[in-house]
Amino acid sequence: MHAINYEAPSSLDQAVSILKTHGENARPFCGGTDILIQLRAGVRRTEHLVDVKKIKELQTLSFDAKKGLRLGAAVPCIEISDSDVMRKHYPGLREAAHLIGSLQIQNRASVGGNLCNGSPAADTTPALIALGARARIVGPAGEREVPVEDFVVSPGRTVLKPGELLVELLIPAPAPHSSDAYLRFIPRNEMDIAVVGVGASVTLDGDKVKAARIALGAVAATPLLAGKAAEALVGKKLDDAALEAAGHAASAICKPIDDMRGTIDFRVHVTGVLTRRALTIAAERAKKN
Amino acid sequence: MAASTTTDNFKVIGTRPIRHDGVDKVTGRAKYGADYAFPGMLHGKVLRSPHAHANIKSIKIDKALKLPGVKAIVTSKDLPQAENKLEQSGEMVINPMYLSMNILAHDKVLYDGHAIAAVAATSPHIAEEALRLIEVEYEVLPPVMTVDVATKPGAPILLKDLRNKEEGDKQTNVAQHYQFKRGDVEAGFKAADYVIEREFNTAMVHQGYIEPHNAVGIYNSDGQATIYCSTQGAFDVRSLSAQVLGMPVGHIKVVPAEIGGGFGGKTTIYLEPLSVLLSKKTGAPVKLVMSRSEVLRASGPTSGSKIKVKMGATKDGKLVAAEIWMAYEAGAFPGSPVGAGAMCIIAPYTVENFLIDAYDVVVNRPKTAAYRAPGATNAAFASETIIDELAEKCGIDPIDFRLKNAVKEGDAQVVGPPFKRIGLIQTLEGIKNSPHYKSKLTGKFRGRGVASGFWFNAGMQSSATVNIHADGTASVVTGSPDIGGSRASMAMITAEVLGLPVTDVRPITADTDSIGHTDVTGGSRVTFATGMAVYEAAKDAERQLIERAAKVWEKKPDEVEFRDGKLHAKGNGVPPMSIKQLAPRFPRTGGPITGRASVNARGVGPGFATTLVDVEVDPDTGKVQILRCTVAQDAGKAIHPSYVEGQMQGGTAQGLGWALNEEYFYDDKGTLRNSGFLDYRMPTCLDLPMIETVVIEEANPGHPLGVRGVGEVSIVPPVAAVANAIYRAVGVRMLETPMSPPKLLKAMLKHRDSTKHSAAAD
Amino acid sequence: MKKTLVEATINGETVEFLCEPRQSLLETLRDVLELTGSKEGCLTGDCGACTVLLDGHAVCSCLVLGVEAQGKKIDTVEGLATQGVLSVLQNKFLEHASLQCGICTPGFLISAKSLLDRNPKPTEPEVRYALAGNLCRCTGYDKIVKAVLDAAADIRSQGEGKAAAR
Repeated sequence: MHAINYEAPSSLDQAVSILKTHGENARPFCGGTDILIQLRAGVRRTEHLVDVKKIKELQTLSFDAKKGLRLGAAVPCIEISDSDVMRKHYPGLREAAHLIGSLQIQNRASVGGNLCNGSPAADTTPALIALGARARIVGPAGEREVPVEDFVVSPGRTVLKPGELLVELLIPAPAPHSSDAYLRFIPRNEMDIAVVGVGASVTLDGDKVKAARIALGAVAATPLLAGKAAEALVGKKLDDAALEAAGHAASAICKPIDDMRGTIDFRVHVTGVLTRRALTIAAERAKKN
Repeated sequence: MAASTTTDNFKVIGTRPIRHDGVDKVTGRAKYGADYAFPGMLHGKVLRSPHAHANIKSIKIDKALKLPGVKAIVTSKDLPQAENKLEQSGEMVINPMYLSMNILAHDKVLYDGHAIAAVAATSPHIAEEALRLIEVEYEVLPPVMTVDVATKPGAPILLKDLRNKEEGDKQTNVAQHYQFKRGDVEAGFKAADYVIEREFNTAMVHQGYIEPHNAVGIYNSDGQATIYCSTQGAFDVRSLSAQVLGMPVGHIKVVPAEIGGGFGGKTTIYLEPLSVLLSKKTGAPVKLVMSRSEVLRASGPTSGSKIKVKMGATKDGKLVAAEIWMAYEAGAFPGSPVGAGAMCIIAPYTVENFLIDAYDVVVNRPKTAAYRAPGATNAAFASETIIDELAEKCGIDPIDFRLKNAVKEGDAQVVGPPFKRIGLIQTLEGIKNSPHYKSKLTGKFRGRGVASGFWFNAGMQSSATVNIHADGTASVVTGSPDIGGSRASMAMITAEVLGLPVTDVRPITADTDSIGHTDVTGGSRVTFATGMAVYEAAKDAERQLIERAAKVWEKKPDEVEFRDGKLHAKGNGVPPMSIKQLAPRFPRTGGPITGRASVNARGVGPGFATTLVDVEVDPDTGKVQILRCTVAQDAGKAIHPSYVEGQMQGGTAQGLGWALNEEYFYDDKGTLRNSGFLDYRMPTCLDLPMIETVVIEEANPGHPLGVRGVGEVSIVPPVAAVANAIYRAVGVRMLETPMSPPKLLKAMLKHRDSTKHSAAAD
Repeated sequence: MKKTLVEATINGETVEFLCEPRQSLLETLRDVLELTGSKEGCLTGDCGACTVLLDGHAVCSCLVLGVEAQGKKIDTVEGLATQGVLSVLQNKFLEHASLQCGICTPGFLISAKSLLDRNPKPTEPEVRYALAGNLCRCTGYDKIVKAVLDAAADIRSQGEGKAAAR
């Protein structure tokens, strides 16, 4: 690897100031599970790694029944998958964090890092989108919030400008009779990158869908919000026909590639399969809430 | 579970002692190649081609040499001209010229990852930075990635010296054609009631050892070199490196480090000559270690292949004819295991009429190296699928069908001579009697498949010495790198012969100057051939012990017996003497006792295995889950049953990975797209069930202890067994590997369409 | 390249060392501290051969920077035995012949320790999940899983709880 500098500021201000000083030449560093691989492979080049794990705001995981969840960008996945709050209120997002890599990876990787890496196949991103999460960003020009579905702009690129830092993810409190689910397809049972990932959240009104969100991963250049597929469910019973239609609508917006992980046809087909399955699970959970 | 025909009353053999190198390996003390460090040591890195096929127009190293910390750079100009000839080297036939061209590309790069230059610097990071400063000008040529493309008329030619005698001495990509035949194939098919003909394609796969290749080279000013490396064959590293470097064999010492897996892939050389060259240029020890990506891009995978099989059977289930065409990807240089594949493909069965044509084809992929029963797994996937289909046509249980046709003692092998005692039938019966076979498999989209496999096993040369120490304990020294616990077996054989507790025998793997020539740890030969040398060396020590006791007792040697670890004088009431009691008398009776033996082992006992697999298929995604798996294998005699089971389980796991998800995935430019463990998907702990074993002990008459090699054959049946299980689960015959979700889903959707149509037509 | 002074507790001992920021914890352990028990198999976090405990959590030391060790507690395979006495896990790996080539063993031992520290009574699927980040190419995992299950049972029956798992 080329030579790098490493700094580990303990406050947000310090971090922003260091990031600003080095501009394009600096990158926040959290679990390191993506960036170190990319630096070694030469697919990214950065001279300054700014370790953000010591910043308090980035390590917060707090839930409020009205305001919802504040998830610090650096909270390791293991903390999320071990959290009872997550298990109870955001089981889909928890599953996504639980699916990332091995336990060794989950001990280091964070949902924020997963998002900032900008991969279309990130497991937690569709789960966040399904929940309507927003990203709180701090930078030299102050603060801003961006819906997670708008955060990734192309593979490996995000809305973050030089000097900016993702601080936390803000996730609305779950509505009554709602829940979420995340499913991904991988060829093995662990350790693979999603070939297709589907996050779904469902709010029920009796046996009908009151609201729903569906998000797709690994089937386009960025994670996708499948707006039409979800909207078409509103006011309907989640029966086979509705699930089938949602699956088709989700498949219809896929623009995947053929690669070593799967073919276009396979990804489009499996998007439909996982959409149906994720919606079913989310609805089952919603009934109990 | 075990079935045994050996009745010897062993004390040590057949028990399960803790391996002698075990403590070092659970405490992190064991020294693997990459763990070596020497004062003043430099670190080397290798520049590799980004192109699959290109002429090298120029290489400029000046900028790289100027980087602070860079000490030397070598290119093919630093290599002597190597001869274009064929030479036996261990299990392989090698051509020194091609070997040299693989170590560093001469005028042409032939695959993505082909080595071009090597740098030595004060840190691995600086060496790596220097690689980016080396300027190579390429003339990119069209990549030739498959057998089909390589054999098309007018295909780009990879190697200018490769000519085909069968085609008018023209330039070619077909390096070799093998043919095996017997009987009258046409007549055979006429006698058949059922004939199945299918074409199979298998993807190139890698051995996947967890430890990357490594080497530390130290070249001294007196022209002597030492290489520390993790290898399956220190003597092969020595002779191959000598060829490439133009050095006398005797000027190179190879110290085999602990080795982190090989499976055949560490029987050749990559970094070793580079470490010596760089050390010669710098005067310092130089260490090179491959990255995982380099391992996958540039070290020996095994061949992808295209195999066409036509087989016929009578309706009572007798195989009568086979016609087979097979072509294997050799990689960039000749030498795929297609010849072995051809001799294995119908080896488990008596077929009176067959014709097998086999072709070794060069393509722009890394040069293949041996991989556990090289060539046999591809072959068995094809033939065992057809066998399954024929059994179904005949309405016979697939195991019974195999039993009807199984080879046994006296039957002719594919190459002619009859088999001696073998255990195929016992493995089939072992499976039939297993709790797995007797259990019922229920549930939707579930299926059970079976397949058998054959592997020759190897003999070759081994040396051993057994030293009796002053306290009556012993050490056993061999030249066989221990890749899976063989040291324990060597100690056990020694202990058995000398009547010692196994803990009183210390097993050592020696360097190339400290033991007689010993061929590779490969071909399942260590416990067989090196074990034979160890047995003989221990017997030699025993003879000397008898002589010494005779001296002590002032008797003739034939008046002394060695049994139960003690020396007994025949006749009068002299109390027996243990080795421990005799040892202090060595100095006054002739000096130390060293038993020696060197063998070129004959009497190899071939290996057979039968594997039973249950799978469940996700009908919507094509994902296959292995539910249960049992393997039965003939070990001849299991010296250390735990490590025999381990070989069976490990080979099976590799076979299951091969079946489901492992493949080399190249893009249309010939760039390897999955050169890491993320996307080269080997089975994890969660992908496999416990692997049940049935150890068959059908003693090999060619070995003093009945041993036959166990290291390889278990990898042969699983791919076919999985394919056969998938067929029973979802009705689809998979004709290509890997049977990955995209491929299986596509096949299932097509099958559903066709059954819908045929249902509509009814 | 300028080096950084790092102070960390490694296998219970306070250690000071110098490393470059680009050096991974794995490289630092192996090349600077001569603790070569942790192995490099992939350098991408996919094989687990370099697994160590960082403040008690299993991590791939190839994906941690050496400089991050500042003020942290690191446990490697070299620290598993106590004063020359092997831990239950180490003994069980030997008894069950859970290693063939042994290159993955240090990583498996650390992952298994990490599991048993958290969950002294794991089921087979739990063991398999906890070890999924460690690749073994020799054994098919059978004897590894059995050793970990047996070690857990042994530790429970000894009633020594978490401490004995070390």
